[in-house]
Amino acid sequence: MSGLRILVPVKRVIDYAIKPRVNKAGTAVETNGVKHSMNPFDELSIEQAVRLREAKVPVEDILVFSAGPTKSQETIRTAMAMGADRGIHVVEEKIELEPLGVAKLLKQVVEKENRNLVILGKQSIDDDAGQTGQMLAGLLGWPQATQASKVTIEGEQCTVTREVDGGVETLKAKLPMIITTDLRLNEPRYASLPNIMKAKKKPLEKKTLADYDVDVSKRMKTVKVIEPPPRQGGGKVDDVDGMISKLKELGAI
Amino acid sequence: MRGIYHSFANLVVRVGQRNIGLQRQAWRPFPITASLQPTRRHAHGQATEYLQMSDPDLTESQRTVREAISKICSKYPDEYWMELDNAGKFSLDLHADLARDGWLGICLPQKYGGSELGISEATVMMQTISESGGGMTAASSVHMNIFGLEPIVKFATEEQKERWLVPVIQGKERSCFGVTEPNTGLDTLKLQSTATRDGDHYILKGQKIWTSTAQTAEKILILVRTTPLDKVEKPTHGLSLFYTDLDRSAVQVTEILKMGRASVDSNSLFFDGWKVPAEDLIGEEGNGFKMIMQGMNAERVLVGAEALGLGFAALRRAAIYAKERVVFGRQIGKNQGIQHPLAESWMKLEAARLMLYQAARLYDEGYAAGEFANAGKYLAAEAAFEAAERAVMVHGGMGYAKEYHVERYCREAMLPRLAPVSREMIFNYIGERVLGLPRSY
Ligand SMILES: Cc1cc2nc3c(=O)[nH]c(=O)nc-3n(C[C@H](O)[C@H](O)[C@H](O)COP(=O)(O)OP(=O)(O)OC[C@H]3O[C@@H](n4cnc5c(N)ncnc54)[C@H](O)[C@@H]3O)c2cc1C
Repeated sequence: MSGLRILVPVKRVIDYAIKPRVNKAGTAVETNGVKHSMNPFDELSIEQAVRLREAKVPVEDILVFSAGPTKSQETIRTAMAMGADRGIHVVEEKIELEPLGVAKLLKQVVEKENRNLVILGKQSIDDDAGQTGQMLAGLLGWPQATQASKVTIEGEQCTVTREVDGGVETLKAKLPMIITTDLRLNEPRYASLPNIMKAKKKPLEKKTLADYDVDVSKRMKTVKVIEPPPRQGGGKVDDVDGMISKLKELGAI
Repeated sequence: MRGIYHSFANLVVRVGQRNIGLQRQAWRPFPITASLQPTRRHAHGQATEYLQMSDPDLTESQRTVREAISKICSKYPDEYWMELDNAGKFSLDLHADLARDGWLGICLPQKYGGSELGISEATVMMQTISESGGGMTAASSVHMNIFGLEPIVKFATEEQKERWLVPVIQGKERSCFGVTEPNTGLDTLKLQSTATRDGDHYILKGQKIWTSTAQTAEKILILVRTTPLDKVEKPTHGLSLFYTDLDRSAVQVTEILKMGRASVDSNSLFFDGWKVPAEDLIGEEGNGFKMIMQGMNAERVLVGAEALGLGFAALRRAAIYAKERVVFGRQIGKNQGIQHPLAESWMKLEAARLMLYQAARLYDEGYAAGEFANAGKYLAAEAAFEAAERAVMVHGGMGYAKEYHVERYCREAMLPRLAPVSREMIFNYIGERVLGLPRSY
């Protein structure tokens, strides 16, 4: 085997530390003028790809991919500053891509760019759909290990640990494969200033949806987006009996 | 904790009847440290947003710097700086983080491990550090190492640069700056400390005051007289600049208790018979004043930027509080008496920001005069102090409580008004150099 040719898709989303607001029309979360950054799960994916290389697993190259508005290039540059080698940006200002559309797009990228490992975040924090990785595995017919908390690769053999209810599960599969990342996998690095500067010179290819033969038409319709009701204050009870009668009153028991 | 800390609202997007929980803190990809509780938020909203990333005038590289620095600073919330301030305890945590990722070398030559960006980028860096809530405390813990070594870059020999710049950029050595003296103040040409040549050494004698970080810095950049005033052609001659080990066996370093920024020490230094190797002299003997002047304008821009950050941080807190606090059945921010001064402060801060960024850009383009740097520093410091004072007032009694941080900002906002150059000396400069009026002193 000649080495890993990794694809890491990344998405630009509202910064995780910002409190989302629903837009006036009640159709979506307001994104205008709101700070955006890389989907935190995608940071884990990049970090993992870079760590594989640092752990002397033979890595041929790390390709970072994003489809979305022009600003997504900042996200790609951030990924390159963290250690990815090159980027592809499918510039798409208008169409909101759905997981299936993205998965189809990624399938073509995998084929055109001859990838043998795709590391994705288990979800992106804007839609929380948590589907893209699985759909991509389905479309490619590749094995998948989702929500990885540990990844080791020896030769063709990938070992992925995932935390599941009641313990840890260890999966083994052969390349090529799909891995999705979970929070405990690693702690993403900050890009250093010299690496940020270097990233500006790394190759970033710009493409459009027309360069790929995919049907990205919308299949879902958002009916309404609303703020959650404000949380109501709790009440105090004096003792266990008080608690039981309160619970009964609320119909909880 | 009350008031501005409230939990991230768990926004639920309902699509039909299905709940897609958008519980934002659940994705925090880093381990949450004790001082960074998920229930606390970084401010958000327009000018209440940390950071105002939408500043449309930022260049791409400034934007990159702002983004990356804010990310590092998000590890250090207001509580972190408050605790240091309360304890008067110096911390090198942020310095170490910035050093590790190469930020200390932002304006230093690539040859020695720097990144050779401009003052335009360093300005954004210092503003952002301060604006994170770290204020002058955070900024001063690195300030000297960002730009203070410019005289070395410009005038030191290859051997010296290699010896001095590399460890500073790596964060292995830190430097402090000794110019101000107790008996001469702003009248730098009258400095009384002396250096006398003795074989391959100089013997230093005298005193300095306000030397910041001298408690822990390994190195000092120090200006002293090598030829007495009455023996030089011009008063600007005869001063010499050294960069040397701050040898605590020869220099008595005493901390000065002060109004704010308690965790970053400022000191008085006494020395009598301090042996400094001749190879630690920068450039030619007697040329020190010229070298110190180099980079002075840039330093003013940076201090102005630090003030600016503090002003924006204060304004952010004031606006958030004014929106949340309800008295007499209405949000206090609904009263124009509260709202308008904050609006005015934003305008003043923005105006100062534009002036400072212009000064930075001009400096990077090789423009040497100091009117914009001085004016920008003045405007920023005044606007920041006013914003901080207003932030305290908007908070009412809570403004006086440490847990709301604005009193700390207010105390710290006095500093950039006083140093490194006072308001009066800036007026003198503008009056003389821009308006062509006679020198008043
Ligand atoms: C917290 C802190 C940290 C500092 N860190 C450092 C450091 O690391 N290294 C360092 O070298 N210095 C440092 N300084 C010193 C600082 O640069 C000086 O305090 C500043 O330059 C003012 O000098 P001075 O205090 O001697 O004031 P003075 O020169 O005594 O002036 C006192 C007042 O008189 C006014 N004044 C004086 N002359 C005139 C005139 N001709 N016209 C009108 N008004 C006039 C001044 O504007 C000022 O308001 C620091 C100061 C502080 C407060």
